[in-house]
Amino acid sequence: MNRRESLKAISIGTLSAGVLLEACKTKPHDEVVVENPEKDSDRLAVEIERDKKLMAETFFTPHEMATITILSNIIIPKDDHSGSASDAKVPEFIEFIVKDMPAHQVPMRGGLRWLDLQCLNRYNNPFKDCNSQQQLEMIDEIAYPETAKPEMQQGVAFFDRIRSLTASGFFTSKMGIEDLGYMGNNPNNWEGVPTDIIKQYGLENVKF
Amino acid sequence: MGDIQIKKSSKEYDVVIVGSGAGGGMAAYVLANAGVKVLMLEAGPFFDPKIHSSQLKFPYESPRRGASTKERANGDFDAAFGGWEIEGEPYTRKESTEFDWFRSRMLGGRTNHWGRISLRFGPKDFQPDDGVSERWPITYDEVKPFYDKVDQLIGVYGTVEGLENEPDGIFLPPPKPRLPELFIMKGAAAAGVKVIPGRGSVLTKALPGNKERGACFFCGQCGRSCKVYADFSSSSCLVIPALKTGNLELISNAMVREVITDKAGLATGVSYVSKEDLQEYQVNGKVVVLAASSCESSRIMLNSRSQIYPNGIANSSGLVGKYLQDSTGASQSAFLPQLLDRKRFNEDGAGSIHIYGPWMQDNKKLNFPRGYHIEFGGGMGMPGYGFGGNVPRLNGKVPAADGKMKKAGGYGASLKQDYRRFFGTQVGMAGRGVGMARIDNYCEIDPKIVDRFGIPVLRFHYKWYDDEINQAKHMQETFSSIIHEMGGIPLAEHGPEDMWGLAAPGRIIHEVGTARMGNDQKKSVLNKWCQAHDCKNLFVVDGAPTVQQSDKNATWTILALSMRTSEYILEQRKMQNI
Repeated sequence: MNRRESLKAISIGTLSAGVLLEACKTKPHDEVVVENPEKDSDRLAVEIERDKKLMAETFFTPHEMATITILSNIIIPKDDHSGSASDAKVPEFIEFIVKDMPAHQVPMRGGLRWLDLQCLNRYNNPFKDCNSQQQLEMIDEIAYPETAKPEMQQGVAFFDRIRSLTASGFFTSKMGIEDLGYMGNNPNNWEGVPTDIIKQYGLENVKF
Repeated sequence: MGDIQIKKSSKEYDVVIVGSGAGGGMAAYVLANAGVKVLMLEAGPFFDPKIHSSQLKFPYESPRRGASTKERANGDFDAAFGGWEIEGEPYTRKESTEFDWFRSRMLGGRTNHWGRISLRFGPKDFQPDDGVSERWPITYDEVKPFYDKVDQLIGVYGTVEGLENEPDGIFLPPPKPRLPELFIMKGAAAAGVKVIPGRGSVLTKALPGNKERGACFFCGQCGRSCKVYADFSSSSCLVIPALKTGNLELISNAMVREVITDKAGLATGVSYVSKEDLQEYQVNGKVVVLAASSCESSRIMLNSRSQIYPNGIANSSGLVGKYLQDSTGASQSAFLPQLLDRKRFNEDGAGSIHIYGPWMQDNKKLNFPRGYHIEFGGGMGMPGYGFGGNVPRLNGKVPAADGKMKKAGGYGASLKQDYRRFFGTQVGMAGRGVGMARIDNYCEIDPKIVDRFGIPVLRFHYKWYDDEINQAKHMQETFSSIIHEMGGIPLAEHGPEDMWGLAAPGRIIHEVGTARMGNDQKKSVLNKWCQAHDCKNLFVVDGAPTVQQSDKNATWTILALSMRTSEYILEQRKMQNI
């Protein structure tokens, strides 16, 4: 029984002895309601419901999503190893995570608007409609925290946030994990660091 | 809403156990296997790692990429439900002191999320000779046979080291160090800090004589719980096997209110509210064993008021809730420039520590009593939410691949390359030390607040003193010297302004000591068998009986003492004393 059902069952009434006996029996796996037994057996019913609800909601406007897509692709572009942030569905991840973690909502929405206002004043266009040279000029002002001008600090904070979210989204995607070369999550017999690597670092004498 | 009634069962069990973590699970296992009829009440849902684990899921199988949620404070894949705050189950703090209380309401309790670091208390932990710490009424030699049996029943890896206060166990082979851990060993040796192979309850080899549990396949995900039962969780190793004896019944989602007593003051059972139907129940037992976690067991005792126990059951000493102790904790991390652009291989390893730094120093030269151990880690772990967060800071600290320095931050192909370069270059070290037992650190019943079931809640009063703060300072100095010897770059700064990174009380989730054992019933709640002085058929087998904690986490000691108490209960039943 999940929390919502528990609340439905709030009416406390007289119970028969049979119900009492029932309650005293071992009740395996009662709370973990399985929707898709293969995939969801590790999820609580309340978790499945919450994720479904979040997926159905929309937070960012189409204008904001277009801006996020451009920004995430500036942060992680396609290269010889792998595709871009949007190829790895990073904008969709960012849309989900701000709904899941409401603390991101004001800084992200406000940061996007801050960026548009900067660009409107400089180039007469919101960020997404600037040409790529103008976009990079703007990003250069907020991408380097240690040298950014004091009046750019709000932009630095925003860019830092979206850069972190982009890295999170990209390197936890299938594409990003392959790019990174993470080789774990795979049953194996761990026998320590391979000998050639021990040699490479001169660690042969470390005794265990 | 209709009438509220209390449903009283007519059945009488031999033993009613409250809680299914390490202490309750062990008691159920020993008693049910001895043929005793046992009823276990667990405040959360049933959980079987074989069915309910998130093991081997990739981060993209979580829409939040493994970030934490209200239901899982340790991340979306973590086995443990619960956290610091649980909806409808508040607690309060007194005189603006700090204490954070982690609860995991589910089968197996907090054995679902712990680091599986499995350490025996040593002779000097039971009988400290520092002139400050209080002594236990028992010695290491009295507990040793039970530690031995726990090792054999559950399995623990480690190495025989012959260190005075780090007793050796019956060990499976330890997992080999990961690459950053080899650097730590080298750096620690140069800094004069002893580091030995880790000790953890993970089956690095099949456990002799046990066909129910598989051997570890090194995914490093013990925190998600293990589908082949290769690590220790109370559910997989104790409660589920005990259910198979047919002598244990389990009621999940049963939130215990109080221990019921008769006119003579003997326990006759417990009352609880079911979270499933919100009905009130009473169940009967000849013996009641509390194992709800130190603070929750104390809460139940303090809430069990009657004419004969006006201050709560077994509380004639007034010490129930007192001497609350959490471990001290401070940590540091660093990155190793020599590991940039490292070659990839599967470095997941085991899900418990690979290397461990025991406390070896002489307190006579130090400004604090007792000490701490260090837990180390590092490696090319699975990416999750927050991955690479500090790369745009670190990339300004070392030359790029072309040998030139660049500004921290950035974007584009160059930053993308940095995320790859920095993968697996970090190490972490965490000190875990003795928090001194003090009567002024305690939990009590808040006179005004109840939870959503109407059960009065706990109010905490806890402060760190110089003993603990000086210890944290010493931890940071030790970390700095190891990092310096490794040629690493530390990632955080700590000092007096943050008490050298000393975690707030409760944050290390090692709270113990709120129903301490002793020979003098005016100065203790339980006798040395974890039996209440005031009520001979009431026992407490979680962390609460602890007199003075050690730097070692309490789990292995809880298991050993619960086994010892369970055998004592069997004896006392045979002698018809209870």
